[in-house]
Amino acid sequence: MAAYALKRLVGAVPVLWIVATLTFFMIRLAPGGPFDQDKSLPPDILKNIEAKYHLDEPLGAQYLRYMGSLLVLDLGPSFKYANRTVNEIIAAAFPVSLELAFWAILVALTLGIGAGIIAALYPATWKDHGVMSLAMVGVCTPNFVLGPLLVLVFSLTTGWLPVAGWETAQDRILPALTLGAIYAAYIARLTRGGMMEVLRQDYIRTARAKGLPERVVILRHALRGGILPTVSFLGPAIAGIATGSLVIELIFDIPGLGRFFVQSALNRDYTMVMGTALFYAVFILAMNILVDIAYAWLDPRVRYD
Amino acid sequence: MACCCLAALALVWAACGGRAPAGGPARPVLHLGNGAEPKDLDPAIVTGMLEFHILQALLEGLTGLDPATLQPIPAAAEGWEVSKDRRTYTFHLRKVARWSNGDPVTADDFVYSWTRLLAPATAAEYAYQAHYIKNGRAYNEGKLKDPAALGLSAPDSHTLVVELESPTPFFLSLLNHHALYPVHRRAVEAHGTRWTRPENYVGNGPFKLKEWEMNSVIAVERSPTYWDAAVVKLDEIRFYPIEDEATEEKQFRAGKIHVTNTVPLERIPYWREQTDVYSAFPSFGTYYYELNVTRGPQKDKRVRRALAMSIDRTALVEKVLRGGQMPAYAFTPPATAGFTPSAGLRYDTEEARRLLAAAGYPGGKGFPKLDILYNTMEGHRKVAETLQQMWKRELGIEVGLYNQEWKVFLDTKRKLDYDIGRAGWWGDYPDPNTFLDMYVTNGGNNHTGWSNAEYDDLVRKASQAATQEERYRYFQRCEEILAEEAPIMPWYIYTHPFLKRPEVGGWVLNVMDVRLYKHMWLGAAQ
Amino acid sequence: MTRGQGESLWADARRRLLQNRAAVLGLCVTGALLVAAALTPWISPYAYDEQDLNLGASPPTRAHLFGTDSLGRDLLTRMLYGSRISLVVGLLATLVSMIIGITYGAVSGYLGGRWDAVMMRLVDILYSLPFIFFVIILMVYFGRNIVNLFVALGCVQWLTTARIVRGQVLTLKQKEFVEAAVAMGVSTPGIVFRHLVPNVLGPIIVYATLTVPAVMLEEAFLSFLGLGVQPPNCSWGILIAEGVKHMELESWLILFPGFFLSLTLFSLNFLGDGLRDALDPKYRAD
Repeated sequence: MAAYALKRLVGAVPVLWIVATLTFFMIRLAPGGPFDQDKSLPPDILKNIEAKYHLDEPLGAQYLRYMGSLLVLDLGPSFKYANRTVNEIIAAAFPVSLELAFWAILVALTLGIGAGIIAALYPATWKDHGVMSLAMVGVCTPNFVLGPLLVLVFSLTTGWLPVAGWETAQDRILPALTLGAIYAAYIARLTRGGMMEVLRQDYIRTARAKGLPERVVILRHALRGGILPTVSFLGPAIAGIATGSLVIELIFDIPGLGRFFVQSALNRDYTMVMGTALFYAVFILAMNILVDIAYAWLDPRVRYD
Repeated sequence: MACCCLAALALVWAACGGRAPAGGPARPVLHLGNGAEPKDLDPAIVTGMLEFHILQALLEGLTGLDPATLQPIPAAAEGWEVSKDRRTYTFHLRKVARWSNGDPVTADDFVYSWTRLLAPATAAEYAYQAHYIKNGRAYNEGKLKDPAALGLSAPDSHTLVVELESPTPFFLSLLNHHALYPVHRRAVEAHGTRWTRPENYVGNGPFKLKEWEMNSVIAVERSPTYWDAAVVKLDEIRFYPIEDEATEEKQFRAGKIHVTNTVPLERIPYWREQTDVYSAFPSFGTYYYELNVTRGPQKDKRVRRALAMSIDRTALVEKVLRGGQMPAYAFTPPATAGFTPSAGLRYDTEEARRLLAAAGYPGGKGFPKLDILYNTMEGHRKVAETLQQMWKRELGIEVGLYNQEWKVFLDTKRKLDYDIGRAGWWGDYPDPNTFLDMYVTNGGNNHTGWSNAEYDDLVRKASQAATQEERYRYFQRCEEILAEEAPIMPWYIYTHPFLKRPEVGGWVLNVMDVRLYKHMWLGAAQ
Repeated sequence: MTRGQGESLWADARRRLLQNRAAVLGLCVTGALLVAAALTPWISPYAYDEQDLNLGASPPTRAHLFGTDSLGRDLLTRMLYGSRISLVVGLLATLVSMIIGITYGAVSGYLGGRWDAVMMRLVDILYSLPFIFFVIILMVYFGRNIVNLFVALGCVQWLTTARIVRGQVLTLKQKEFVEAAVAMGVSTPGIVFRHLVPNVLGPIIVYATLTVPAVMLEEAFLSFLGLGVQPPNCSWGILIAEGVKHMELESWLILFPGFFLSLTLFSLNFLGDGLRDALDPKYRAD
C-alpha cells in the first residue's frame, strides 16, 4: 500500500505543474488587474507598483520567476494584503477551515449514515419517508438560507448560541450544522441507495440465515458495502467542505481560507489565486489518494493498479 | 431525529458553558465593526476608508480636522505660518510629542516619511497626495533622483519647512490624509514590510497597536507616550473586519459591537425607526451615471440632458433607497468647504421629452437600445431597474441592464465600451477640486470621452486663483458647464448609515468620517 | 439473468413506474410546473418589470397573491418568469452534466490502469482550476448567452458524477456478468453502455436529483459574475438569494420561492426514486 501511495504522489507532480501553468495564464487572460480600482492611478504611480511586483516583465519571464520560487515552496507576497505572504495567509487560515470541515464532516457522516441506514432498513414506511424528506429539505435549503435561519432561531430569538465568531466551543455549532447539513442529506441518500443494494445481496441473506443478530449483520457486513458510494463521494466532499466554505465563513465571520478562493479572484490578487488554487489541488489529490486507498480496503475486489 | 439530538446537545452546552460575560469590570473598550480586512496599516500603502478608521487611532498628522467643522486643527504641529505667496509652510512641532516607543516626534520624521511616500520603490498608490510638494511629482516619477531637491527641510528638530509647487488652498486639510501621516524610520528600516505587525509597530497617535489577527480583530490600546494622553478616555478599541453586512448587524443586536460600519439596505426601514441607535449622515460622495459621449445617440447633448432630466430623484431616494440620501442635481455635494453648486439639472419631464424630440426621437421612436452598465451589487441593480422603468415611462425608450464583476466593469468603462455606466465618487479632501478636476480632458478618471476646453481652463485657473471667492467662481462655472453638457447625470449624495449604541459618547458625525477617538468615551459619564 | 432485451425491459420499467404512486405524483407536479413555465407570458397577472414604487414591499393580498418586492413588483409574476430560467437550467444542465459524467466515469473505470489514471488526473486538474476565471474568460471572450451559461454549469457538475460512476464501475467490472460478457466477445462500448451503465443508474439518478438544486443556485452565482439572467428578469436562485435578506421583515419574499424550489425538488426526487426502482433489473423480483 505504501508503494502504491508513493506512486500516486509522484504522479501528482505533473498534475500540479499543469494546474499551475493553466491557472497562471488563465488569470492573466481575465480583464482587470490587481491594482485597478475606482480611482484610477496616475500612470507613473502604476508603473512604480508594477515594477515592485515584477508585473512589468514579459509574461514568460514572470512565469519562470513564479515557477522558480514555487520549487522552493515560496508562493510570493499577496498583492492585496501588502505585508503578508501567501504562505503566511494559508498557514493562518487553513487550520481554521480544516477544523470547521472536521466538525461539518462529523455532522454530515453521523446524521447522513444514520438516516440512510434507518431509511434502508424500513423502505417505504413512514420512517423512510420521514427521514428522507428531512434529507430533501436539507438538500434544497441552501446554506445561505439555513445559516441565517439557524442564527435567527438559536441566537437572536433564544440567545442560546453566539451569532458569529470563532473563539469559543459554542461558536462551532451553528457553522458546522449549516455546512454539514447539505452533505448529510447527500450522504443519507447515497447510503440508503447503497444499503438497499447490499441488503439484497446473497452474502447478507447468508449472514441472516446463519442467525447472526441483525445489528451485526447491518453494522459488520452490510454497512461496509453500503457506504461505498458515500466513500467515493467523500473525496470531493471533504475537499469541497474544507475549501468551499466561503458562504459559511462570511455568514459566521470565520477567519478561514474558504473566503480567499472567491475574493482573491475578485481582487485579481494573482499570487493569492495561484497559491489557493495550487493548495486546493494538493488537497484534492491527497484526498483522492486517501479515498482510493479506503475504497480498496472496504472492497477487496478493487486492486491497486 | 438526529437533528433533535444535536439541538439538545447544543442546549446543554449553552446552558453549561454560558456566553461570554456581558458586563465584567468596566474597562472602557470600544468595539467597532470595520467592514473588511485592511490591506495594511502602513499609511503610505493603504488606500481605503476602513484602514483610515484604524490609522486615525494609531497615527497623527501635522494637522487634524475638527470633526464638527472639518477645519484644520493643530495635531502633531502646534502651530504654523504660511508665507505671503502661500507656497511655503513652516510647521512648529510639539516638543512633548512622543512615538509609542518613547522617541520624540521630530521634523526629520516627517521629511523621512514624505520622502518615503514619494520614493518610486515604495510604490505608494496615494503618492500623488504629496505631488503638491515642490519636485514631489518629478521625484515620484523617477525623473529626479535626489530626494534633497524636494521642498522639504528641517532647520531644527521641531521645525518643518514645506515648499509647494503652487499655492494649494486645501494643503492644511490634506495633511489629515493618511498618506501624509508620519512613520517611524527605525521601525520601517529594521522590519521592512513587516513593520506593521503588532510587535514592530511604532506610531505617534493616541493609541498603539496591540493585536492583529487576520479576518478576526485589530485591537489598539491607549498609548501612554502620547502627548495628550491625559484626555484619552478609552482603554482600548477593537476593530472587527466583519464583511457580511447582515452578520455585522446581528453582532450589533447581540451586543457584541457598539458601532457598525453600515446597515444592510433591506434593514434600513426597520432601523430608521430606532432613532436612538440609527444614524445616517450625508457622506462626501456622489452617486451618478456617466455617459459615453463617443458613440450612439448620447453623442447629442440634448439626449444626455433628456436622460438626466427625466428621472425623479426624490422618488428614487425616498421610495427605493430609503436611507436618507439627498437627491443630487449637480456633481459636487452641497456645502463642500462652503461651496454649494448653484447650477444643476432639474427634474422636468416636459423639457426632457421636448429635448428628446428635438434630437430626433419624438416619444422615444427610433431610439436605439442602450445598456446601463453597473458592477454587481443589489443596490446598484435596484437603482438601475428603477431608472429603466422611469425612462420607459417618461421618454418611451427601452434601456437594458448589464452587470459585470467589479474588475471587469472597471476595465469595460476604461475602454469606453459602454453606453451608460454607473459611477460613484468620494472626495479625498474637503474641497470642490477633488470632484471637479476629474472631468478635465483625458483625466485619469474621466471615463466619458467628454472634453471641453473652457472647463479645462477653469480648473487650471482655479488652482492658481488668489482668493477663495475667485476659485469658487471658477468652480461654479464648471458646474454650469457640466449641467449644460451633461456628460454625467448625478442622482444622489451618498449617505453613510450606521448603528451606534447610545452609550458611545463624543462621536461627532461628519461627511469625511473623521473620528477623533481621543475624545470619545463610553457610558453616561461626562 | 439475461440482459439486453431492450423493449420488454423498457415496457416493464414504464409499467412499474406508473404503479408507483409517489413517482406519478412527482411526475404530475413536475409536469404542471413545466406547463406553467411554458405558459408564463399568458398566465402571469402582471408584466415582469412593472413597478409600483408607492406600494413597495407588501404582504400577499388579493391583487398580489404572493405579495410584492421592494420595488412593488408582483412576486407571483416574477416567480413564473424565474421558473422558465431555473427549470430549464436546472434540468438541462443536470442532464448534460450527467451524460458527460457517466460516459467519462464509466469508460475511465472500465478501461482502468493507465487510461484511468490519465483520465482521472484530468478531472483533478479541472477541479483545481479557479472556476471564477473560467467563467469570466468565457463571458468576456464568448459573450453572455444562454449556451455559455450551460457550458459553465455543465463543466463543473460532471466532474463529481464522473468520479462517483468510476468508483462504482471499478467494483462492478469484477462481477461475473461482466466477465461473461467479455468472454462472449462483447465489444468494449457494448459492455460499458449495456452492462455497466444501467447498473450504476441507481446512485446516479439519486445524485442527479440532488444536483438540480445545486445547479439552480449556482446560476445565481453566475449572475453575480454577469453570466446568467439579466435583471429585471430573474431566476429562483436570485429570488432566494435576495429573499433571505428579507427573512425577518418581509418573510413572503423567501417563503414562496423557497417553497417552490422545495416542491420541485421533492417531485423530482420521488420521480427519481421511482425511475431508479423501475429501471433496476434486480428490483423486478420485489
